[in-house]
Amino acid sequence: MASGTSRDVLGRGLWVLGRAIREQPRIFTVAVSGSVLFGLMVIASAFVVGRVVGDVVVPAIARGSVGAGVLALAAASLFGISVLRVVGIFGRRLGAGYMQFRLQAAYRRRVTRRYLDLPLSWHHRNATGTLLSNANSDVEAAWYPIAPLPFAVGTLVMLVGAVVSLFLTDWGLALVGLAVFPALFALNVVYSRRMAPRQARAQRLRAEVSGIAHESFDGALVVKTMGREAQETARFASHAGELRDALIDVGRLRGVFDPMLETLPSLGTLAVLVVGAIRLQQGAISVAELVSVAFLFTVLAFPVRAIGWVLAELPRSVAGWDRVRRVLDATGEMPYGDTVLDRADPTPATLAFHDVHFGYEPAEAHLPGTEVLGEVSFTVPAGKTVALVGPTGAGKSTIASLAVRLVDPRAGTVTLDGADVRDLTAASLASTVALVAQVPFVFDDTVRANIALDRPGIGDDEVWAALRLAEADGFVAALPDGLDTMVGERGTSLSGGQRQRLTLARALAGRPRLLVLDDATSAVDPRVEAAILAGLRAPTGGPGAAASILVVAYRRATIALADEVIYLEQGRVLARGTHTELLATVSGYADLVTAYEQAEHDREQTRTYDEVTPLTSGLEVEVDR
Amino acid sequence: MTGEPEEQAESTWRTLRRGLALSPELKTGLAGTVVLALIYMVGRVAVPVAVQRGIDHGIIGGLDLGVVWRVVAVTAAVLVVTTTCGYLMMRRLFTVSETALAGVRTRAFRHVHDLSMLHQQSERRGSLVSRVTSDVDQITTFLQWGGVILIVNLGQLVVTTIVMLAYSWQLTLVVLVAFAPAVLVIRLLQRRLASAYGLVRQRMGTLLGIIAESVVGAPVIRAYGIAGRTARRLDTAIEGQRQAQQRAIRISIVGSSVGELAAGLALAGVVVVGVTLGVDRTLSIGQLTAFLFLVTLFIQPVQIATEVLNEAQNAIAGWRRVLDVLDIAPDVADPGAQGRELPPGPLDIRFAGVTFAYPGGPPVLHDVRLDIPAKSRVAVVGETGSGKTTFAKLLTRLMDPTAGEVLLSGVPLRQVRFDSLRSRVVMVPQDGFLFDATVGENVRFARPELTDAELTAAFTELGLADWLDGLPAGLDTAVGERGEALSVGERQLVALARAYVADPDLLVLDEATSAVDPATEVRLQRALDAVTRGRTTLAIAHRLSTAQAADEVIVVDRGRIVQRGPHDELVRDPESIYGLLFASWLEQTR
Repeated sequence: MASGTSRDVLGRGLWVLGRAIREQPRIFTVAVSGSVLFGLMVIASAFVVGRVVGDVVVPAIARGSVGAGVLALAAASLFGISVLRVVGIFGRRLGAGYMQFRLQAAYRRRVTRRYLDLPLSWHHRNATGTLLSNANSDVEAAWYPIAPLPFAVGTLVMLVGAVVSLFLTDWGLALVGLAVFPALFALNVVYSRRMAPRQARAQRLRAEVSGIAHESFDGALVVKTMGREAQETARFASHAGELRDALIDVGRLRGVFDPMLETLPSLGTLAVLVVGAIRLQQGAISVAELVSVAFLFTVLAFPVRAIGWVLAELPRSVAGWDRVRRVLDATGEMPYGDTVLDRADPTPATLAFHDVHFGYEPAEAHLPGTEVLGEVSFTVPAGKTVALVGPTGAGKSTIASLAVRLVDPRAGTVTLDGADVRDLTAASLASTVALVAQVPFVFDDTVRANIALDRPGIGDDEVWAALRLAEADGFVAALPDGLDTMVGERGTSLSGGQRQRLTLARALAGRPRLLVLDDATSAVDPRVEAAILAGLRAPTGGPGAAASILVVAYRRATIALADEVIYLEQGRVLARGTHTELLATVSGYADLVTAYEQAEHDREQTRTYDEVTPLTSGLEVEVDR
Repeated sequence: MTGEPEEQAESTWRTLRRGLALSPELKTGLAGTVVLALIYMVGRVAVPVAVQRGIDHGIIGGLDLGVVWRVVAVTAAVLVVTTTCGYLMMRRLFTVSETALAGVRTRAFRHVHDLSMLHQQSERRGSLVSRVTSDVDQITTFLQWGGVILIVNLGQLVVTTIVMLAYSWQLTLVVLVAFAPAVLVIRLLQRRLASAYGLVRQRMGTLLGIIAESVVGAPVIRAYGIAGRTARRLDTAIEGQRQAQQRAIRISIVGSSVGELAAGLALAGVVVVGVTLGVDRTLSIGQLTAFLFLVTLFIQPVQIATEVLNEAQNAIAGWRRVLDVLDIAPDVADPGAQGRELPPGPLDIRFAGVTFAYPGGPPVLHDVRLDIPAKSRVAVVGETGSGKTTFAKLLTRLMDPTAGEVLLSGVPLRQVRFDSLRSRVVMVPQDGFLFDATVGENVRFARPELTDAELTAAFTELGLADWLDGLPAGLDTAVGERGEALSVGERQLVALARAYVADPDLLVLDEATSAVDPATEVRLQRALDAVTRGRTTLAIAHRLSTAQAADEVIVVDRGRIVQRGPHDELVRDPESIYGLLFASWLEQTR
């Protein structure tokens, strides 16, 4: 079974290589031509050395004199062959390298394009680390055998040429070649077959060790504060030990095969000496031919290894290719429509949810997806502010994502000014609505680029206006390079509140007609938040003033600003109305928004009998609920 | 560009010496390995010698098959021995080096955990991970192929030169002269090649950053319709990396071409000079032929050198980076065996003139003097950036004060053994990091011996039984990478349970429930009040509901304690910092 699988891998690996050749036929031709030239020159050099020894050296030493012309010719031929070999090397290595790098670049472009095209639901189903390695190491692995491929192809041609030239020289010596070359080839194949699974195991263990290090260092604070360094080290050490054993295993196999691959051609040369001497005695060959063939065996040994390199890399290449293919073949794009909302219309947009259902697709196909939202209907009328309120996990962020069409509903429709969001063009959608997410995301770029995002019509004035509205102008002005300051991974690190205000300014800069705030000011100081919200609701002037607002909030001050409140529980709209109405009629809502007051009230009460039953008071309240 | 100059700062030899000093096991059986390697290399020159003897004594001047047979048989026997030695040499080499490097890897991992928070800041975390992963991988990968090739080829160079000298010093000189310019050129290229590969690595880093951005920022890219802009950024980075790779390979090819030309020159020179010498009867035909064979043995190491030396440089640089991490002295060190234990029972807290500043920064806390009695529940409040989180970090000895001392029940923290400190003092950070395991395994982190029943009981005591029941698989629910299968608030609940079951005498909460909805937070607060009775708790609070429930509130402003006392007392002055904070809190909650 194992051999059947590996034969299958071999076949598929060759298919992947064929695909590479079809994609880069010209550069591959250059590389193989160079490699074949090199191979032929290797054979030629053997015969020239043989001729030089047999026809120049032997007679010269026998005669005790030498003609300058013959000597010069011999020297020139040897050097000339070297020059041609250099040409071959250039063609082969440059071609192979360029081909490999071009394929890598092309596939990185294709894979990342898919990332941009595929919907968020697809992104949710795939771990970030996997997507990163798909675009990086998997693409690299898929095209790894391309580097030695032209060399291997040239070597095959060279081997055929060598056998032919052997037959042209002498059938006796040719038989030695027929014994040694296939043996060498077979040894290479066996070597790479046995090496491949060991390499794969080592690679897998490397990834595991790296995963543990990543996780453990990410959680360093927890490890440290709980004093679990020793246990974490033991966990790491056991995997590092497995990796060590796997690598020693790889090394031992290398130790068996490498010296054998060295020795086999040497044994061939020795056989040539014996057979050659016999044939010389029979007068079938000359000294020159004997030396040529012996030399040929010496110089052929190294190139034959190239075939082994290609074979050894094939399983990894196939594995990488399969993972890359999975991304390229993934379906489920969210195509945009061709309806365009009137851009010139400066009035706020109307958002409506009609009987919307939503569920995340399961991570594995056979599992049922869980429904996150059901029968959600509500409207954010033009120019109004609607607050979404509900306990943790009620589906508020999902509604925010649906409103800006990050995801599509399973059933029902989401409309903007009466048009289904699925019918809108990407540009129209992006210019109409803006989402400020719960966790701010800042690009590794300048402040200006982070806010403008290269959108047309957003110059420095607009950027500053948006920063002012988001109460971010103060700290941005204080940054070392102002708008040109690099932020994100490599730049100045901003506090959570600063990042939130930056992403808020990004949303405002586009003058959206509908603004969706998903708990977007949680890290901003309450006083600053109040100022921002007041600015957004200002009747005239400034960007964003002319927007409808859908806001996810816990803070009562934020909720109180809303014209209407939608109360959610477990993915269903439980109630809607003004804050005051809901407070009076919906107990769940009242519990949630008055939790702090309630707590204070309870505290006042418990304090009085705290003295009597201090230990159970907290739990009793719990039981009552 | 970045990191390149410093990589050159230390000589290769010094790095090797440091490395060997750190892993003395690398030297075990080294002498035996070297002897085996030398014998293995003899096999490389066996064939040319056989050719010489066969030609001189068995073929030229009267064919003698017996001599040829003898020469071949002896050489074959030698090859069997050398091949076996080659196997044994590699086996020893790999076993010793992999074992030593696994040790280095594990030691570096532990060392990173022993470094203080200052060294573990998130910006540096990625590079710390590569210290114990890709840097060590680079060394082992190099040893697996390049190291052996380098050793064998260097040996081949030496042995070949010796045999050549034995045949003819004149021809050896010809070969050396032919190779001299090539060696010089390759040395020059070596430096350019190193910087070219440095550029490749740097561009790769940039590319990875941008790919990560396009994956992590997918929602923003989609929401703002900036796929085109992102695609352009990606293309630029992909193309830049390709250009760098192509530049590196061009330099590398020039190197091998120079070696090849030198080989041609050497062959031609050997023929011309050899024939001239042969005519003078100082050189036999067999010797001259053997020399032509030996020249090819001389070429290979020189050609391979360009590639392998570059790999060697990378491996050495990787090793240096690992050693550099190991050389950072842990600035917050465990006093170890000499340390003291915390006295049993509830702990009191004392800050004695504590000042703290981040390296190169202004003080974050100024001369803080504070006494907190055992069993009290204290809330620390203040605006963002007031220094309240620094409090928590000093109290749990994640950092040491710049001046002054923190004492727990009279014992200076610096003298407390870590195993005592970490089992008695537990902090719940705001980012409740979870490991990619089940809820139960995460809660059990500090106390693996707890049973499921005990964990369930803990959740019940915290008032979280309903929440736990609502999870798809209860305690066995997988939390995903970094806990991302749970919401931010739910992660905080698990982190809190984890700290609770650790059963500490001093519990430090650093905005531990900031992402939980108000109703749940209040419920949790009550449960915590009950279960933490009899222990000391210090809570850094963002929401003032926590402060209202505390025995005492400590108000921090610009690194100083400006107010302290029970909530009811502090609110009496509406103009005070706490009064203002509380007014604003009321404003947004009702």
